[in-house]
Amino acid sequence: MELQLRGITKRFPGVLANDDISLTARSGTVLALIGENGAGKSTLMNVLTGLYQADAGEILIDGQEQRFRGPADSIAAGIGMVHQHFMLVPVFSVYENVILGAEPTGRFGVLNRTQARAQVAEVSQRYGLAVDPDSLVEDLPVGIQQRVEIIKVLLRGARILIFDEPTAVLTPQEVQEFFGIVAELKSRGATIIFITHKLKEALAVADDITVLRDGRVVGHADPRTATPEDLAAMMVGRAIDLEVDKSPARPGSSVLSLRNVTVVDDRGRPVLHSISFDVHAGEIVGIAGIQGNGQTELVQAITGLLPVATGQIEFTGQDITRMSPRARHAAGMAHVPEDRSRMGFIASFSVKENLILDSYYAAPYAEGIRLVRNAIDTTATDLVDRYDVRPPTIDNAGSSLSGGNAQKMIVAREFSREVPLLVCAQPTRGIDVGSIEYIHEQIVRKRDEGVAVLIVSTELDEIFALADRILVMFSGEIVAERRTTDTTPPEIGLFMAGQRAAAS
Amino acid sequence: MSQPPQTPPPPDGDHDTLRPTPDVTQARDLRNSDRAVREAALRRERGLLARITTSVDWRSGLLIPLLSVLTALIVGGVIVMLAGVSLVDTLAAYRALLVGSVGSVKAVSETLTATTPLILTGLAVAIAFRAGLFNIGAEGQLLVGGMTAVLAGFTFTGLPLVIHLPLAVLAGVVGGAVWGFIPGFLKARTGAHEVIVTIMLNFIALRLVDFLLKTDVFQREGRNDPISKFVEPSAQLPLLLGWLDPAYRVHLGLILALIAAGFINWLLFRTTTGFEFRAVGANPSAARYAGMSVTRVYILVMVIAGGLAGLAGSGQVLGVLDRASPGFSASLGFDGIAVALLGRSNPWGVVAAAVLFGGLRAGGQQMQASVGVGIDLIAVIQALIIIFVAAPPLISAIYRLRAPSASTQISKGWAS
Repeated sequence: MELQLRGITKRFPGVLANDDISLTARSGTVLALIGENGAGKSTLMNVLTGLYQADAGEILIDGQEQRFRGPADSIAAGIGMVHQHFMLVPVFSVYENVILGAEPTGRFGVLNRTQARAQVAEVSQRYGLAVDPDSLVEDLPVGIQQRVEIIKVLLRGARILIFDEPTAVLTPQEVQEFFGIVAELKSRGATIIFITHKLKEALAVADDITVLRDGRVVGHADPRTATPEDLAAMMVGRAIDLEVDKSPARPGSSVLSLRNVTVVDDRGRPVLHSISFDVHAGEIVGIAGIQGNGQTELVQAITGLLPVATGQIEFTGQDITRMSPRARHAAGMAHVPEDRSRMGFIASFSVKENLILDSYYAAPYAEGIRLVRNAIDTTATDLVDRYDVRPPTIDNAGSSLSGGNAQKMIVAREFSREVPLLVCAQPTRGIDVGSIEYIHEQIVRKRDEGVAVLIVSTELDEIFALADRILVMFSGEIVAERRTTDTTPPEIGLFMAGQRAAAS
Repeated sequence: MSQPPQTPPPPDGDHDTLRPTPDVTQARDLRNSDRAVREAALRRERGLLARITTSVDWRSGLLIPLLSVLTALIVGGVIVMLAGVSLVDTLAAYRALLVGSVGSVKAVSETLTATTPLILTGLAVAIAFRAGLFNIGAEGQLLVGGMTAVLAGFTFTGLPLVIHLPLAVLAGVVGGAVWGFIPGFLKARTGAHEVIVTIMLNFIALRLVDFLLKTDVFQREGRNDPISKFVEPSAQLPLLLGWLDPAYRVHLGLILALIAAGFINWLLFRTTTGFEFRAVGANPSAARYAGMSVTRVYILVMVIAGGLAGLAGSGQVLGVLDRASPGFSASLGFDGIAVALLGRSNPWGVVAAAVLFGGLRAGGQQMQASVGVGIDLIAVIQALIIIFVAAPPLISAIYRLRAPSASTQISKGWAS
């Protein structure tokens, strides 16, 4: 089925979320829709799936104009969405999840299990999506859970499939398998819309690429000829350098040293198991791994937010294992937290308050308990200027900043301190390409100044772009260590999936 | 707001988590088991908190409250008429309300007398709101503070006013602070929810007052009913307009309350302590990340809140009543919740809201006396004000205000 959008416009109070958007997804092809956060991708998809009604414009399927009054109309027209965050019931089996909401029933509404299982088996066979209908969803790896979502959508008769950031939660191997599934669906005539911000993936899998910026279509690209730089430039509106310029590291002495650090969760189960490594001055150590393999706990143990059960953490030669977060901060640790909005800043606080969020307690910002407003204003004005936070007004609420600018504000706060150690968790998650470029530059600059830098990222590209040395975490343990120059993304990908390295 | 006479026993599960266990790790496990549930509840609360403590613009800070008051007066009038009171009598009742609150020097004095404790209980609720806590316990904190102030007021004799009065006032602050410390400490140490603890402490304080007033220490000689000894003149708060007419009851407590409002404003917005309070209230995870001690903030803010409510108690017994009697708190602590809501948890907003509620209290008396429309109408109006303040989209819809944010969609639905 061919999907065509003509002049879709959607307005929210004060925002033109979609401005005259026209695009075509040809039958049996993959259309990649790329754009930064806030470019209007989600709004457009919500219009397509019937959640929003467009203020103007029309949706055509095979030339027929459609009118969606709600999600049911959209589903009936053959549109199916696979969400980034799966909508599955973990304790239900695969077939129960698939039929949920469209259960085949016999007389008196009795569930027909045999028929349900058969339906699921039939769809998974037809599209080569191998899944056991009877296994529990919570026991399945993420890649298989995604297949369940796809089967769900197919079973409801979808011929136009929308994937929202489908690879965000997958391992590199699972991404390859996913691309295989996409090719299979395509060969069976499905129309696929692939929403992503990963330019390389768009180029690898798409037949057509449409770029959105500020609610408008700013261009189309041919994946056979376009380069990631071309796409980035279209997304941002200016030329972007995706490669991080950096010279080889010249590591100095050890700044942070973990020895057999074990952390247990609320129920006493280990979430970090005997972790040992060092971070030296003037090097960037990257922690690779799929989300949820102990990276969060590792960072919190280092910064004092989680108690260490056994083992020892040394920082500039001092045992800090039992120190409070405040004492570690004062001792010279800077921390860009992984969850920007939950931890990194306070949305209702002004930009200037956020810029002193963790150093408000000491001079020059405080005299006794009195806040020194002049000093705060001076620092804040200087920081928004130096770190290019836009808009550069220090009295606006933090919530008024875009994701990228909020992150730049956090980076400004942490990087502006002259400290020996910088811990950055997911430093560029969910922010625009322009800000990513900027933050990467700052991280490398810090390294060159002799700061020890620890980066945690689930984006393998980011790890390879920044790190001098890579540690791979799996299930609360460090399973491999490699110099970046001695390894490849596929090798690290295998470790991320749990394969152990021979001692290196 | 009347209180049910009996408190339901706490459910077993809660009872277990509240009971101190010798084994610390076991207690921690119990707390963590329902952490998800509590966090979900917290998120819901935080939505409300954000709404009532976010930075105040003229629209949400002034226009909405004013329209809420106006609407509440109109709806309250309609309710009275539905109850069979004629339009003429209803208008007369409102006239009496106006006269009774601002119609004369005496009326203004009465309004300000009622305003004084409301400022302080309003602040006690507001400052806790700012730190993310629902202090429902201002009533109990006021009662305990009032009792300690009375005790200091009649126990010491022969002291000069400049020593005795500050001592008695301070005794009330300390009493309230102790009563506030309990829920703060329990929240910080065991995770006990401050709403439950403060409500229960209100009941305990209420009955404790009844009990204490029958003991030899407090009970007035020669009386069988529960009533305290008189406060010594050296511990009484001087009347501000006593030189005009001793019937003008407004007293020095008003000045203390205004100073307290100024102090809380300074504390919240100009000090590191207030920075921590507001950070913990807006986002406890970010506060922890920034190296703040969330538990220390919980304890400190509840001590300060209790102290403010205790000061309100001091003012009542040393400035208005000169003694303590059962239920002398007269719902001033509960009205403090409404005052804090209407004042958007901003100290000067609290003062303005307290003046309004003080006027309603004072004018309500006049209304009752001269027109015979029940004082209950005042409670209805107060409740309506709070409903409208708590649901700004409602007011925006009624007056077709253009909302700057998501509330448009709701108002569209209402208006079309």
